[in-house]
Amino acid sequence: MTLDKLVRALELTVINLGSGVSLPEKEFNGVYAGDFLSRAMSHVHFDELWITIMNNRNVIAVASLTDCAAVILAENVELLPEAFEAAVENGITVLGSGKSVYELCVAVHELTLRDE
Amino acid sequence: MSETIKLHYDVDGENFESAGQASHSVKKSLRQLGMSPDVIRKVAIAMYEGEINMVIHANGGVADVEVGDDDITIILKDQGPGIPNIELAMQEGYSTAKDNIRALGFGAGMGLPNMKKYTDDMKIDTVIGVGTTITMKVNI
Repeated sequence: MTLDKLVRALELTVINLGSGVSLPEKEFNGVYAGDFLSRAMSHVHFDELWITIMNNRNVIAVASLTDCAAVILAENVELLPEAFEAAVENGITVLGSGKSVYELCVAVHELTLRDE
Repeated sequence: MSETIKLHYDVDGENFESAGQASHSVKKSLRQLGMSPDVIRKVAIAMYEGEINMVIHANGGVADVEVGDDDITIILKDQGPGIPNIELAMQEGYSTAKDNIRALGFGAGMGLPNMKKYTDDMKIDTVIGVGTTITMKVNI
């Protein structure tokens, strides 16, 4: 499924698009939810979504190292300024939502089921 | 490949802002060398965990990466306090990171376990009060 479809269906905000990223063209395959960076580092795979409430610069480092499709910040968490700068610098797609991590996981799951 | 490629990085202690820079740079270099995504992922995870450990526990250190014909060797050297109980430190979930470090998302107690899990060989040389050297190999 494309990020464009995800953003529209879940009414996500685009905090940072990411350099050279086209939401209608960029696809995601799978989801990981969690806040510990070491856990995310080993469980977020290429082209997956990472749902978290962590908002510091290290989140962007992990997102970049794992090549995830996008980071989704739950519960209206805002990226810290230095993290936003890092996201821009590293071309990381960061999306936001007022939903909780659980609500986001359920919503993404239902959306992908409907898409099949 | 006929010649070993050597990369060297200084890892700043207590600088969480730049933590991960060496791993990022290694990942970029391996990609340019045409390494497989699986190998790059293993090296990136092991290197990142090592880098973070050096920042959190050892006031920084140095990282050397050697890319050979058959494997990639990562050597992380610090002059930190050393690891008193390696067996305990290797247990998933065991962490001595302080609360302020945990609040940043670190301290899951997965650092050393992840380094072992994602490498083909890992050796820890540690001396209390002197420092720790961790040597890891990832087969290509």
